[in-house]
Amino acid sequence: MAHEHKLEIFRGLVKFKSNTQKIWGVLIFLTIVTAVEVALGITKPEFLTDNSFLAMKLLNWIFIILTLVKAYYITWDFMHMRDEKSSLRRAVVWTPIFLVFYLLFILLFEADYIYGVFKDGFVAWNF
Amino acid sequence: MNSTVTTDTKEKVWGGGNQPLNASYGKLMMWFFLVSDALTFSGFLAAYGFSRFKFIETWPIADEVFTHVPFFHGNFPMYYVAFMTFILIMSSVTMVLAVDAGHNMKKNSVTWYLLLTIIGGAIFVGSQAWEWATFIKGDYGAVETRGGRVLQFVNSDTGERAALADFARTMPTTREAHERKNGIWYYDEGYRPSYSLEEVASGLKASPNIVIRTEAIHQEGESQGEKTVLSREASLEKIKDGKLVVEGANLIRNEYGSRLFADFFFFITGFHGFHVFSGVIFNLIIFFNVILGTYERRGHYEMVEKVGLYWHFVDLVWVFVFTFFYLV
Repeated sequence: MAHEHKLEIFRGLVKFKSNTQKIWGVLIFLTIVTAVEVALGITKPEFLTDNSFLAMKLLNWIFIILTLVKAYYITWDFMHMRDEKSSLRRAVVWTPIFLVFYLLFILLFEADYIYGVFKDGFVAWNF
Repeated sequence: MNSTVTTDTKEKVWGGGNQPLNASYGKLMMWFFLVSDALTFSGFLAAYGFSRFKFIETWPIADEVFTHVPFFHGNFPMYYVAFMTFILIMSSVTMVLAVDAGHNMKKNSVTWYLLLTIIGGAIFVGSQAWEWATFIKGDYGAVETRGGRVLQFVNSDTGERAALADFARTMPTTREAHERKNGIWYYDEGYRPSYSLEEVASGLKASPNIVIRTEAIHQEGESQGEKTVLSREASLEKIKDGKLVVEGANLIRNEYGSRLFADFFFFITGFHGFHVFSGVIFNLIIFFNVILGTYERRGHYEMVEKVGLYWHFVDLVWVFVFTFFYLV
């Protein structure tokens, strides 16, 4: 059983003295990230909503990236994935990541196609 | 740590009793269950993305839907959901503190941290119930057209949304409710909105400052990202398409816009809320086990760790639901 914990986050940039301290440190980090998300969601800065990258607004990219950052720290530090063997970590993490990205790719492309059909395909749906 | 391991099987690799992943059977199975559960939630969220991309120009704007905070009046988009997120992260922290105290065999700390986790979970489930109730009740009311699109109303002087009660005219009606005592065949008449379509339409005609807002979102220009507001003439023309008055949301009607939005809201947050609820139940069970000293006698608190994994997963899912339902 993994009684010993790895006590550094941000690739060793921040080191904690005990596991309890690390938990509080991660909480502060997650709270800051959530606060940033909410602040951006309320103010919606124009340069983030007007510019887009890969057909998605920069603001939404920021939200998604910050979500993945939060997910990483919840899994790694709260669920102690950091202390597990790399074989367990890879089996649990990469399987869903691969399947979810595959599903998203298929569904979002298909949805965009249907959007095009509704828009240009002489289908009366708003009458 | 694992009481089923006997030392004499160590040299035989295939004899059982090995832990190649250095995790006990129960913990491993919890991880694999969480993987499958994560795929279920991803399926829901991906389906939400599918419907949203399909109707990208008419999808409701979450900021305008979830604007309420309990005990306060006014327009507070996102604040309450952010609070709920924080509560769930906080209860995740008390859970991981309980796990940590369990590693050090501190029964009292485990008990207290578990209790705090349960309280956090209960606050979250309660908040979600309130959020559902507010969503189902609705706030302004709208008119649904024959094509199933939703027309909302705006006060053109202030630019703010107008509730049906602000302008609809109450008209005398000869409608009489059919009652059980009046016939052999009786069906409950079911839900009826507070105003009839005629009352809303004539109220719109009579109030020169009320205009219609359609679901279409401006794709470019100055008001990009906002819903389209029609002119007064176009509004009077558009109301003729109206078929029924909608107040609030359910699985069939939705005053906020696309019906699929309400369906996914009920489905995704409902499924997540069910997870939180069952997590609270699991936490309660191990809470009483901790008090009874079950894990003290067993010699380890691994059960707290396993339920903790589930609890953190619930928090993890919420982080994604928060982003994809409320923020993006």
